[in-house]
Amino acid sequence: MAALAPVGEVVREPAARRAAGVSARRRRRLNAFRYLVFTVFGLFFALPLLAMARFSLEGAKLGTWSLTAWSQIASYQGTQAVGIPPLISSIEITLELALITCTVIVLLLVPTMIWIRLRVRWLSRTFEFLCLLPLTIPAIVLVVGLGPIYNRIQRISLSSLMLFWVYVILALPYAYRALAAGLGGLDVTTLAEAARSLGARWLTVIVRVIVPNMWQAILNALLLTSALVLGEFTIAYLLLYNNLQVELYSISRNTPNAGVLFATSTAALAFAFALLLILSYVGRRRRRSRG
Amino acid sequence: MAVAATTKTGARPSRAGRRLAVPAWTGTVPFLAYVGVFLLWPTGIVVVDSLKNPSGAWQLSNITELANPLVRGYFIGSFKLCLLSSVAGAVLGAILAYAVASGNPDGVVRRLYLAASGVLAQFGGVTLAFAFLVLIGPVGLLFHASWFYEFPWGIGLIYTYFQIPLMVLVFLPAIDGLKIQWREASENLGASAWQYWRYVGGPLLAPAFLGATLLLFANALSAFATIAAWENQIAYVVPQQISTALSSEVGLSNVNVADLLALGMIVMVAIVMTLYVLLQRRAARWLR
Repeated sequence: MAALAPVGEVVREPAARRAAGVSARRRRRLNAFRYLVFTVFGLFFALPLLAMARFSLEGAKLGTWSLTAWSQIASYQGTQAVGIPPLISSIEITLELALITCTVIVLLLVPTMIWIRLRVRWLSRTFEFLCLLPLTIPAIVLVVGLGPIYNRIQRISLSSLMLFWVYVILALPYAYRALAAGLGGLDVTTLAEAARSLGARWLTVIVRVIVPNMWQAILNALLLTSALVLGEFTIAYLLLYNNLQVELYSISRNTPNAGVLFATSTAALAFAFALLLILSYVGRRRRRSRG
Repeated sequence: MAVAATTKTGARPSRAGRRLAVPAWTGTVPFLAYVGVFLLWPTGIVVVDSLKNPSGAWQLSNITELANPLVRGYFIGSFKLCLLSSVAGAVLGAILAYAVASGNPDGVVRRLYLAASGVLAQFGGVTLAFAFLVLIGPVGLLFHASWFYEFPWGIGLIYTYFQIPLMVLVFLPAIDGLKIQWREASENLGASAWQYWRYVGGPLLAPAFLGATLLLFANALSAFATIAAWENQIAYVVPQQISTALSSEVGLSNVNVADLLALGMIVMVAIVMTLYVLLQRRAARWLR
């Protein structure tokens, strides 16, 4: 035993030092690798966006700077000579669509989710399946089947705002996940039992007890839904409606005024970025306050 | 007051339940009706109409049209583009995810990249095609890529732009799940970095990696806006041809072309997503 100990020490010490040396070298190599990766990917992600922003600031002569394109967004007429400027009206419609879709999705999803958690547990698997189903049915497929249904809707109203019916479906999986994350962190049953035993009706339980506890999740769902509506093109285009993305597409096809196109694209993108960055900030704050 | 409140409310739940005598599931009817009308019904229309001829009679032989060389071409095009963009996106995204994961878990870099990935993974659409057009298109600011309008390459690069961030989001939890002890154990046993990845890390991450690649594949398959803004004259992929078929009835007569193509896509996505779910289940065994 006494003879073994020094032998063991002699063997162990260099091994430990060697291991430390290896891991320090590995650490240096790893850091070099990381900075290289971050730089290359950073450039790949930033360059197209910077190029678009730069082009929107292009003056009449190549290489000069000008804000002309940006100031034209509100008044841009396109191929149409008179009437409401199509670009600004499509922006307006898209924002209204985002608002309506958000309202409908919250009114539809929040009470149903809480109700299922409280009273109809056996439906929850089916419910989850239905909510996530739009992820596996591409918008381009959905639009084929929507033709006959939108024929009927158009008999009642021709407004582009009618797109909200299907946008709610598109946003369903994202809103569901956001809300499910918020609801999962609550002890819904205890809250509901407490409220019920104090005499609350079911409506009161949902609106005044549970909903105030999941504001963050509802906000997340709203931001994701808005971002989705702002970027939607496929369904609006194929059902022959006009929203922002369709208008941008038709400007790119019909007129040579590239400046306005890129200015509006940049603005729309910046807006969506802002929304989603708020989302990630809100999500972080919630996690931190919990932990 | 307090006494009155207790006596009044104490018996309320059960009495209210009996008086109304409606089963609890009726509360979900509005949701079910909405999803029924705007999700299940359209999908049903696609499936049923793809098996009928334009005059409305059943015609099961339509399925054989999927083997028609013209139709097959669009599916092959879709397959090429999805394979290219999902494999490139998965490999590059995994490298980026590893670089992100090996840093400080509360660091600025990680937060920045995660937030940006959340934003960029959503950023498909018309504007993305414009951005690349300005950067490397015919009058590109950076340079002019002669292959910008070549089929799988130009659009594949554009698709990779939103595939990489999606890969980071999906794959990062798997890399985070690799325990540091496994690395230490293999180093103590004398394994080199290559041996660690070949025999420990690689096999552990393989199911998660394959699953994420499949998710990327499905993501690329259903994208339409980007490729429509990139090229609107020639149809290379199924979504473009569905769009053409919806706006004009040329090509295969006697068949509801759009419905048939849409059915083909449903089948493709269903296969891919089933494999994805199975692989995720396999991946969850080790990485918790």
